[in-house]
Amino acid sequence: MNAPDTIATHPFSEAYFHDLAAVLDRALAAGEFYTASLAAETSEFVRFNRGKVRQPGSVSQCYLEIDLMQGRRHALQRLALCGNPASDAAAIEAAVLALRAALPALDDDPHLLYATQVHSTRSVRGTPLPAAERIIDDVLTAAKGHDVVGIYAGGPVMRGFANAAGQRNWHEATSFNLQWSLYHRADKAVKSGLSGLSWDDAVFAAKMQEAQSQLASMALPSRALAPGDYRVFLAPAAMEEIAGMLQWGAFSARALATRQSSLARMQGEHGLGLDERVTLREATAEGIATGFQSAGFIRPDRVALIDRGRLVGALTSPRTALEFGGESNGANNDETPEALSMEGGDLALSDALAALDTGLYIGNLWYLNYSDRPAARITGMTRFATFQVEHGRIVAPVDVLRFDDTLYRMLGSSLEALTREAELRLESSTYMQRALASVRLPGALLSRMTFTL
Amino acid sequence: MPDADRLSLDVHCALPPGFAADYWSVRLVEEVSECHAVRKSVALPLQRALDRGAMVTVHAGAGHGYAATSDVSGAGLRAAFERAFAIARACASRSLIDARSLPRPQSRGTYASPGIDAPRRSAREWRELLMQESVAAAIDDRIVDWEASVELREATHRLVTSTGGEVVQRYRLIYPHCAVTAHADGDTQTRTLNGYRGICQQGADEVLARFGFAGCGRRIAEQALELVLAPNCPSGRMQALLMPDQMILQIHESIGHPLELDRILGDERNFAGTSFVTPDMFGTYRYGSPLLNITFDPGRPEELASYGWDDEGTPAEKVYLIRNGVLERPLGSATSQLRAGLPGTANARADNWNRPPIDRMANLNLEPGDATLDEMIAGIEDGILMETNRSWSIDDSRNKFQFGCERGQLIREGGLGAVVKNPNYRGISAVFWRNLARVGNAQTMQVLGTPYCGKGEPSQVIRVGHASPACVFDGVDVFGGVDA
Repeated sequence: MNAPDTIATHPFSEAYFHDLAAVLDRALAAGEFYTASLAAETSEFVRFNRGKVRQPGSVSQCYLEIDLMQGRRHALQRLALCGNPASDAAAIEAAVLALRAALPALDDDPHLLYATQVHSTRSVRGTPLPAAERIIDDVLTAAKGHDVVGIYAGGPVMRGFANAAGQRNWHEATSFNLQWSLYHRADKAVKSGLSGLSWDDAVFAAKMQEAQSQLASMALPSRALAPGDYRVFLAPAAMEEIAGMLQWGAFSARALATRQSSLARMQGEHGLGLDERVTLREATAEGIATGFQSAGFIRPDRVALIDRGRLVGALTSPRTALEFGGESNGANNDETPEALSMEGGDLALSDALAALDTGLYIGNLWYLNYSDRPAARITGMTRFATFQVEHGRIVAPVDVLRFDDTLYRMLGSSLEALTREAELRLESSTYMQRALASVRLPGALLSRMTFTL
Repeated sequence: MPDADRLSLDVHCALPPGFAADYWSVRLVEEVSECHAVRKSVALPLQRALDRGAMVTVHAGAGHGYAATSDVSGAGLRAAFERAFAIARACASRSLIDARSLPRPQSRGTYASPGIDAPRRSAREWRELLMQESVAAAIDDRIVDWEASVELREATHRLVTSTGGEVVQRYRLIYPHCAVTAHADGDTQTRTLNGYRGICQQGADEVLARFGFAGCGRRIAEQALELVLAPNCPSGRMQALLMPDQMILQIHESIGHPLELDRILGDERNFAGTSFVTPDMFGTYRYGSPLLNITFDPGRPEELASYGWDDEGTPAEKVYLIRNGVLERPLGSATSQLRAGLPGTANARADNWNRPPIDRMANLNLEPGDATLDEMIAGIEDGILMETNRSWSIDDSRNKFQFGCERGQLIREGGLGAVVKNPNYRGISAVFWRNLARVGNAQTMQVLGTPYCGKGEPSQVIRVGHASPACVFDGVDVFGGVDA
């Protein structure tokens, strides 16, 4: 492919955000306060299938959410902005007028809490990326002869916070996330990915080579295994899916207080526990998430959640702090981890197959859900590189299996080892916007995992 | 309401001088929304949103590309035209689809939701209504959380094509919701009004009455309390009577997704997955029992995904996908139909201006049969009634599934018995539908859906409608939760 004549640039700079905040400052009436959060990106998306480009495109978007307050009354307006100063200023002024008009009809909010101490921050990371077209050329050339399908998403992602007290926070990361699968046949494939803040040809080449090596194992005749208990090794990518279930309200202080968290039974002195090697924290400092949240509070570098198998903390939003007591610790309203990090153990990743000996190597899990949330019981499927292993050697790919088991067994009584290496995995989600979340997870060796279908 | 004037600019004036594309389209979207919510008898802050943007799609030689922008001014669109053209040219030599073969619609017309201009309640009126339900839900100390809310959306979509096409479609949507959580003896159970946003229709306030929203707070709370004190669902193979608010999930996951033609063509294999359905099955494959009739029906006015044209401009009409149990056609847009050589549907849909159209479900319905609810219950010797989906999981070929419901009720010797909690069942799509034993009549039908169907790279979450009667299945593998 030839590089296009123009490379996308983005109008939603830090300086522009400060100009927008100044518009809000001027629009404010006596007795009012505001907070404002900006989410913008200029993204290149190139989708490919069967070694060809399927849907290439670019997206430039910017949203500003304004929370206008008078005493304890407040209302929020989210706006799409276009990058034209006059148009955006007019849109913001109109939004403030509309919010002001709505406030008299609203009740006081007893759980309204926002930062009043000014703490401005700035983080700009990443370097200019090669043109998406060049990267796709590299991918399709490297995968020549293979049935490759996937997506490249790259470009700058911006987040900003401002309030009427003069706090300004800016977070900009120029990042990319390349996700691809090499297919052998039907549903037999190897999934791989590469993400980060700078593109490295050598790292990509090594990843592609590794995927192609695994694909060779996919060519072996597959086996359909009967339901039952199997000894398993869960690769970090599979552990990411289990962590995804914990990201679904498990560490929410509000969900714990109302007993809706899947970890609610871990609460209290006599609560259930996980294996003592399980230590989990929200480690904002290790990921690419913003260091601030939507009410202007600064996130601590680390929040302890599970320490040596015991539940020791939760993610507490300002609203929950007021409603249920306790201190807010940088969580957004949804109280979802954005940089969940699990400590590694003592098993070398390179020794995983030998330690597994005979059982299932599970490269990926898929479509998890709770089958009994209060019991932390989870069901889901195996997917992509899942192999039967005998005496430390891969002998066959395995047809997809459904598991149904509890966290208390998988990360508790059945846990034999965690790998020494904990892999940093940047969230690849592109629903509505490119995510700025990550997880850092080891692989896990389990003495048994229950499969039902 | 959306500001139609902002979308009415003459897009031809935004074309760059000497623009040399073979074909282009501009899809402009403006959507306003409001969310009112009362949680534990405390009003949450009013939330409003205004979204606006455009996607320019360009065909140049064999290549095609898109550029989406939130700048819908003439200058903004001009820049998008230039960017999309550059992408199309750059990717032409690598393109999976030769853009010269793609359809170039020239549809013209308008569509509007029922009640598009009906009166709107004020924020205060919404709060009063929701507060009434929230207060009424606080019936017992074991009720630990409860919420009533409504999401209101209004959108205008305008599609202009270089071939003279122009379609303007206006939508008015409403999603009422009520959920109550009870906790007792170490267990927690949540009951909702037809699932999380399972009630989602086009129209105005008449939707509330259609689902008995007034009075739902106390009713749902009583059911939550009943559930948390109920025994676990038993395990075993039995007949299952699935109510519409579970049937929609069953249809969605094990018929809708596997019939999406772009999945069958492999586009989704890196993310949402593939399909156990292959192109050779259409016309002959027995998907279900002869009672199974599935339609793609964009014409039911109140259903969430009714429309006149899809997002590529193909006119939408009702067609059968499965008739008398036999697979007839996939959910495939005009583009996918060309790629696969199969008939399809008008289902090229994008969730917003910033994502390109792909093959999606729209309204996917199970046509009613002739059984009354009483007749279906009376015909079950040993079984269970299950209602309201709360858990869903299925493999990437859409075959091995496991679903869970909020509430079960045992059926013994033709009569309803005890309420049970944590009812789950698992099965295989290719077998399950062949065990469809009875299909409820039109009186058992509900028109529901979900605003949150996820798929695509980049990912999209789209609105789909599902209408279904209650149905009976034989030999279902049913099981309950973990005993506390």
